[in-house]
Amino acid sequence: MLPELGTFLRFQLQRHLQLALRRPSDVVGPLLFFLMVITLFPIGLGPDPKVLAVLSPGILWVVALLSSLVVSGRLFQADFEDGTLEQMVLSPHPLALSAMVEVFCHWLLSGVLLALVSPVFAALLNMPSRAIPVLMVSLLIGTLCLSLIGAVGAALTVALRRGGVLLSLLSIPLTVPVLIFGAAAVREAALGYDPSSWLALLGALAAGGCVLAPLAIAAGLRISLEA
Amino acid sequence: MVDDLLRLESVDLDRGARRLLTGVSFQVRPGDCWQMLGSNGSGKTSLMRTIAGLTRLGLQGQRICTDNLLYQGHLPGLKTGLSCRENLRWHASGGVVSNVEKIDAALAHVGLQGYEDRVICQLSAGQQRRVGLARLWLSQAQLWLLDEPFTAIDVRGTALLEAQMQRHCAAGGAVVFTSHQPTGMSEIKILDLNQYAA
Repeated sequence: MLPELGTFLRFQLQRHLQLALRRPSDVVGPLLFFLMVITLFPIGLGPDPKVLAVLSPGILWVVALLSSLVVSGRLFQADFEDGTLEQMVLSPHPLALSAMVEVFCHWLLSGVLLALVSPVFAALLNMPSRAIPVLMVSLLIGTLCLSLIGAVGAALTVALRRGGVLLSLLSIPLTVPVLIFGAAAVREAALGYDPSSWLALLGALAAGGCVLAPLAIAAGLRISLEA
Repeated sequence: MVDDLLRLESVDLDRGARRLLTGVSFQVRPGDCWQMLGSNGSGKTSLMRTIAGLTRLGLQGQRICTDNLLYQGHLPGLKTGLSCRENLRWHASGGVVSNVEKIDAALAHVGLQGYEDRVICQLSAGQQRRVGLARLWLSQAQLWLLDEPFTAIDVRGTALLEAQMQRHCAAGGAVVFTSHQPTGMSEIKILDLNQYAA
């Protein structure tokens, strides 16, 4: 029924990574944004290590959420402007799958990267070291949820000239559960408790998102092309 | 009786709250080459996008269209950060092309030999259009929908393109294109949208 679906998806994955790696500033930029915002907190709250340690799970998670929203807002912008989106819609392969490949690449180069370097940021805020593995796992799963939510919003607002604010208004309420579960897991771990139930809830959100978000993204992209 | 590749039956087309076209009916059979005429704003692009299935809102009436189509609109569908060769490796109408020689041959057909590894953003507007149109040499689609294919293309390129379109029609394909200029092609059918204006 679907000619060479595997080849097609592999090719798309390779092309998106290739495109992203040719513009390294798009990959490094969000990480620097994250770093800069993190450094604002000790300046604003005062450099007391105890205060920072208590607040660090919440700070890291809120900043991760904001930096994810900033980057995912432009997810389909280039495809829309150069006509690739039209071809994705006309392709015999399901739009939901090709869009999902794009979200996955985006997550690899933003969320996964952020999770990998997050110990550095945690150290900046004096987070207890026993919470750091949990921080990494929670960011790894949580940023996938955030990328999926951001992609739904990006798909709906891609045709709007100034969709940025609308996108934030659409996405932020949906990201609240991710923030609650993610920050709670890290806080529990920092206090020495078992964070696995929070991580499980986060995993459930990611699993549900992987199933439902592609359909919403595809529908959003089709609506955007009607304009 | 050959099956129609495309059939519109008394189609009305709206754009937003405004009616663009009423009662458009035409059939495209294998071997047909249709030129869509109409003044600016008469709904050529809107009708083209509706035929391709990109937009569904505002369409009333029956549209039957083959899935095996190639659509090339005003947007080139090219990634400016990739080279000509990399860009032509995928298109909705042909899937993934893994044969590099085929891609290079298509580029040579549109006069871009030697530009295979050039990144798109280093090419002129006309050259970029040519890269997009090189897909006509790679496609397996039966029905070609081309919106203003001759824009920014020079005289020689136009002749090449017309020849390829005629070859496609002779091989049992069909072409629907929009253009304001009269073309040098023989046996062309004209669809004048001004007569359907609402």
